[in-house]
Amino acid sequence: MNNIGVLMTCPMSEYLENQLENRFNLFKLWNHSAPKPDFLKTHSSSIKAVVGNTKIGADANMIDSLPNLEIVASYSVGLDKIDLGKCKEKGIKVTNTPDVLTDDVADLGIGLALAVLRKICVCDRFVRSGNWINGDFALASKFSGKSVGIIGLGRIGSAIAKRAEAFKCFISYHSRSKKPNTNYKYYSNIVDLAADCQILFVACALTEETHHIINRKVIDALGPKGILINIGRGAHVDEPELVSALLEGRLGGAGLDVYENEPNVPEQLFSLENIVLVPHVGSDTEETSKAMADLVISNLEAHFKCKPLLTPVL
Amino acid sequence: MADKEPQQPEELPIVLVHRLPSFKIPSDPSFRDQLRSQFHMLDPHESPEPYDSFLARHAPFIRVLMTIGPSPISAEFLERLPVLELIVATSAGLNHIDLPACWSRGIVVTNASLAFAEDVADCAVGLLIDVLRRISAADRFVRGRLWPVKENYPLGFKLGGKRVGIVGLGSIGSEVAKRLLAFGCTIAYTSRNKKQSVSFPFYANVRDLAANSDVLVLCCALTKETYHMINKDVMVALGKDGVIINVGRGSLINEKELVQCLVGGDMGGAGLDVYENEPNVPKELFGLDNVVLSPHCAVMTPESFEA
Repeated sequence: MNNIGVLMTCPMSEYLENQLENRFNLFKLWNHSAPKPDFLKTHSSSIKAVVGNTKIGADANMIDSLPNLEIVASYSVGLDKIDLGKCKEKGIKVTNTPDVLTDDVADLGIGLALAVLRKICVCDRFVRSGNWINGDFALASKFSGKSVGIIGLGRIGSAIAKRAEAFKCFISYHSRSKKPNTNYKYYSNIVDLAADCQILFVACALTEETHHIINRKVIDALGPKGILINIGRGAHVDEPELVSALLEGRLGGAGLDVYENEPNVPEQLFSLENIVLVPHVGSDTEETSKAMADLVISNLEAHFKCKPLLTPVL
Repeated sequence: MADKEPQQPEELPIVLVHRLPSFKIPSDPSFRDQLRSQFHMLDPHESPEPYDSFLARHAPFIRVLMTIGPSPISAEFLERLPVLELIVATSAGLNHIDLPACWSRGIVVTNASLAFAEDVADCAVGLLIDVLRRISAADRFVRGRLWPVKENYPLGFKLGGKRVGIVGLGSIGSEVAKRLLAFGCTIAYTSRNKKQSVSFPFYANVRDLAANSDVLVLCCALTKETYHMINKDVMVALGKDGVIINVGRGSLINEKELVQCLVGGDMGGAGLDVYENEPNVPKELFGLDNVVLSPHCAVMTPESFEA
């Protein structure tokens, strides 16, 4: 398969790069100083697969420039950077990396909630600054027993619920439709969900419907004692509204892994102590990165050997 | 709490605040307000009157006493409070109170043990996730405006599948275990005695526990036997990727050796809420990204104190 052209869209995993280089003719989009459209024209006919991620996937332009594209294997579970309609139209297969990253993303969600409520990062700064000598730290807020709202009760949402239950949290959720087989309380209206919970997790896929699903109404309903945890996509949240709510104290706090314009984070947030900011690391562990890469490789190999795909989306 | 009509102080139940002068009621304003709105708090140390006469004057009316921190209550002290019915301890441990003397007087002693245990367990889990997933370090990275510059951030480690060894399976250790099971960790423990009703694997000593664990969570009391129980041997047994979380007492760990291991890269990381010489924290730790430092506030939530 060494003559099969595979295009990697951006650096995402050294391990994956090496594995792809060993098996295929790997093109690294970021190494080519020529503007992307020119580069794509030169090599396009040999490229049969694209490996993308949450930063750069496969949009309509890219798909159109690669006439022999057969498969897009995403190093992510989210598909918002892939033009699925175009892929379907052209019969291009799409795979992603579900399940292997579910635990890590859920762990991070809970970790962010604990960090915000118990002020773990602020405490750490306090100790490192040497200020403990001068006086005790102020009280934080309890996590156990709080009411939790989850938007999207898929794999990741369910994993968050399972963890929160161990802390005796009361679980409610909003989903496109009510899920059978759960005891959690269903809300068809997100504003009502936000009003009734103290910690709100965003764990749904990004689609046209869920764009800015966290808007001013939802933020105000969550309120000055409420915490928003976003481990979905930046575009789930109306970011300017979120920033002003935090600055004005209309929202109690936030733990964010994703932003509307990564890697740019609104600088007004940097002075706030009731938020925790991490750079899109939801699935960034040694173990999971390797598992995701292996899944990408397995899907590509299966495709080129005409075997069933492991985790097809299309 | 709900808005209540403010009552006259004389009508509220009387609570004596019993504390060594160095312990203070937590200064959180809402906690103090809640206490004051529901109870008539008598604090001898806040009165200009000499302690003995203050106590003697109020003693006929004191049915409830609240202790702050491990302020001692002896049988002889109890004799000065003839109508005492209830002692509410604000610490998790009770060994500063003469319990047999209380029982013989029919005095009920209660503590906010479970509420505390939940808070301490939450802190332990929060510290562990922070160390493995580098949350505090990542937060520093973002606030330092480094993300656009450096693009990639070092990978963390997965929590699920980690072998967690709990040192001391009391109320705090049990709450830690309950939580970490939901994250897919496996639990083993060491304790003074094996607990018959518990199915987690038991190790008779901490070194063997460490040898079979990826993470140690210290939840036990500090005694002569447990002093410096976590030493270099144990850390070596835990291994180069091992993580220690301490929400017990600073002196459970030989702090000098811990610092050496961490600075030398011989350990995966540590999450510490307690230290040998608070509020002094070894400065060598301040530059490490795999260490998360907390100023002995595992118990510091208003909800815990309300319990």
